[in-house]
Amino acid sequence: MKKSGDKFEPGGVIKEPGSSKEVKTGSWRVFKPIVTENCKGCGICVQFCPEGCIKVKNGKATIDYDYCKGCLICMNECPVKAIKSER
Amino acid sequence: MTKIFMEGSEVMAKTVILCRPDVISAYPITPQTHIVENLAKLVADGKLKSKFMEVESEFSAISSVAGACAAGSRTFTASSSQGLALMHEVLFASAGLRLPLVMVVANRALSAPINIWNDQQDSISERDSGWIQLYVETVQEAADTLIQAYKIAEDKRVLLPVMVCMDGFILTHTMEPVDLPEEKEVKQFLPNYKPTHAILDSENPMTIGPFTYPEPYFKLRKELSTAVDNSKKIISEVNEEFGRKFKRKYGDGLIEEYKNDKDVAIVSMGSVVGTIKEVVDSRKDVGLIKIRCYRPFPKEELIKALKDRKTVIVIEKNVALGLGSGSVLPEIRSVLYSLDKRPKLVGFIAGLGGTDIRIKDIEKAVDDSKKMKDGEAEWLI
Amino acid sequence: MVDISEDLIAPGHRTCAGCGCILAARQILRATGKDVIICESTGCLEVTSTQYPLTSWKVPWIHVVFENATSVAAGVKAALEAQGNNHTQVIAFGGDGGMVDIGFGAVSGALERDDDIMIITYDNEAYGNTGIQRSGATPFGASTTTSPAGLASIGKKQWKKNLLMIAVAHGSKYVASASIAYPQDLQNKIKKAMKVKGARYLHIHAPCPTGWGTDSSKTIEVARLAVQTGMWILYEIENGNFQKTMNLELKPVEEYLKMQGRFKHLKENDIKVIQDHINATWKELGHLEKSGVNLRTIL
Repeated sequence: MKKSGDKFEPGGVIKEPGSSKEVKTGSWRVFKPIVTENCKGCGICVQFCPEGCIKVKNGKATIDYDYCKGCLICMNECPVKAIKSER
Repeated sequence: MTKIFMEGSEVMAKTVILCRPDVISAYPITPQTHIVENLAKLVADGKLKSKFMEVESEFSAISSVAGACAAGSRTFTASSSQGLALMHEVLFASAGLRLPLVMVVANRALSAPINIWNDQQDSISERDSGWIQLYVETVQEAADTLIQAYKIAEDKRVLLPVMVCMDGFILTHTMEPVDLPEEKEVKQFLPNYKPTHAILDSENPMTIGPFTYPEPYFKLRKELSTAVDNSKKIISEVNEEFGRKFKRKYGDGLIEEYKNDKDVAIVSMGSVVGTIKEVVDSRKDVGLIKIRCYRPFPKEELIKALKDRKTVIVIEKNVALGLGSGSVLPEIRSVLYSLDKRPKLVGFIAGLGGTDIRIKDIEKAVDDSKKMKDGEAEWLI
Repeated sequence: MVDISEDLIAPGHRTCAGCGCILAARQILRATGKDVIICESTGCLEVTSTQYPLTSWKVPWIHVVFENATSVAAGVKAALEAQGNNHTQVIAFGGDGGMVDIGFGAVSGALERDDDIMIITYDNEAYGNTGIQRSGATPFGASTTTSPAGLASIGKKQWKKNLLMIAVAHGSKYVASASIAYPQDLQNKIKKAMKVKGARYLHIHAPCPTGWGTDSSKTIEVARLAVQTGMWILYEIENGNFQKTMNLELKPVEEYLKMQGRFKHLKENDIKVIQDHINATWKELGHLEKSGVNLRTIL
């Protein structure tokens, strides 16, 4: 992970937007949500993911496991119950 | 150059026009009120093209100029006493964020008990905030220093907020003939503000004011401390440049020595220096060192000015409760500590709550100092 | 559906799994786009998303201290106006702690001056960042660490402070409540607010699984139930005209309360008190809606 090092912008200003993506919060996970073939690509899980790590690709929801914390909101909200979880 | 004769507050307001801030945000408090009222009238009459924010507290005032500065604008605010105390949090934050704010402090006593007249407790109590603090002797100096303050603050080597401290009522409410520079001359000396280090711009998004863990915090504070110390050089430079252009300068920008070739020297700040100069002229056995730049503290300059004296008398308008003296005395003592042969050092707490410091009070201080022990402080009541 | 191919908040922030606040921020930015400046208060969101030297924000963002987000935003807007920039939205963003309690003076000042900014509160009904202490927005009967339920206490003894009505009393031309469970409604309101000039106030209900004692997967479900039981009412007040933006048959509030650890101490009587309060509020708001009374004029 990028360390703060010894070179600082005056006042600690951070000039690289979105640099937190270096932190792979996927390591926090206990339960892993898995998208099954029932997924209709409606995008509701995308709307409700707090990490913003679900995208709809080729009509199916795809989860970026680098960042998924395993909160399972996606599983809870899926209208067709297309997401299951495993430990 | 225009010669004007008007109230100190009005002079400051007219000087603000010359400095061209985009945003002015200030909350009225005696004795700064006339500055704010004058500015409001100038904006209302179209003579000052700034946005004037009618804020609901000093806390809001300092917060809104911090935001405006971060968004790339030059700003102005002013306060005193309780108002300055209310800003305390944001004073530290804005120095830490390296925002080049400029504020006029119309020095006034702090409650309790409540008192509206002059002493320097308010700004001296903010000496650790990281703001540069310049104390002025006359209204002329206040106007000149305000212009210099922007140049110092916005210098890329500084990027720190600056407080111009002028004694409330004594300088804000009295009338003095003042040379006001021409607008185009000031514009040459002080071009428009162009921020580079921190700016809120949707084309170039930055995060200002992040959360830091111990190690980066410690290192950032050290950088800040270094920046405050290094600003001494620029304060002197700007004073020199101002002197060349407008034919007025104030010592070396940091301290001013006045007939400092006697055995005894008085050290002081602010408008009382004028009265002390009278005593120096009439007595001839005492000299004067005026501290203009209190923060950063001009250690080397003071060592040079004081090392050959036999007695140093500090006269200050504040008290460091629990320390038995004002705040400036121990700072001078620490400066002299490194010398093999130190002058005798005594201090006087004077003028609190607007109590007049008369020529005979200063004379008494000089005479009393002969009987006092080294390091002692007394109240000049 | 709003395009969210690339969110303006990067992942990697240290919010709790299932955090409602970060969702509120994501949903807001999906509606505003990148031409915004966010002035944020100290709180859960600030601490988790800007851990030096990394930041989650892809829009300009500033944090000064806890209670002055709104004043900072007012200053930013004044600067933009002075520079001739009339297009960038300036948003004062804070939790219920920083906006309803300690920052209330700043919010009130900006509303009174009608500063052209959007003031948005994300409401997780407690001081989340410091360990779930009560705020003015904590609901009646909720247990927090500074208003704990006990043998001699029901938890928070006071009702929720209503900053929305306070905003309209200041004369705000656009005031709206929203919930992260209804993202379309939230984003419509943001888009509407963007077109209004002057101080606009939005209050977004954003559950906190850590503070409310719910499973991380239930954040949206509990937010939805809050609306469906009348504990959180979705409405907007445009130019003083009050209008609910969701009409429904209220479910019994017990369903909502029983989901959460912070209400588990409540007895039948307590639940009845809350239910009565909701019923009365719902009824009065119904009257208000039908009456056509203009709140800006009378308040």
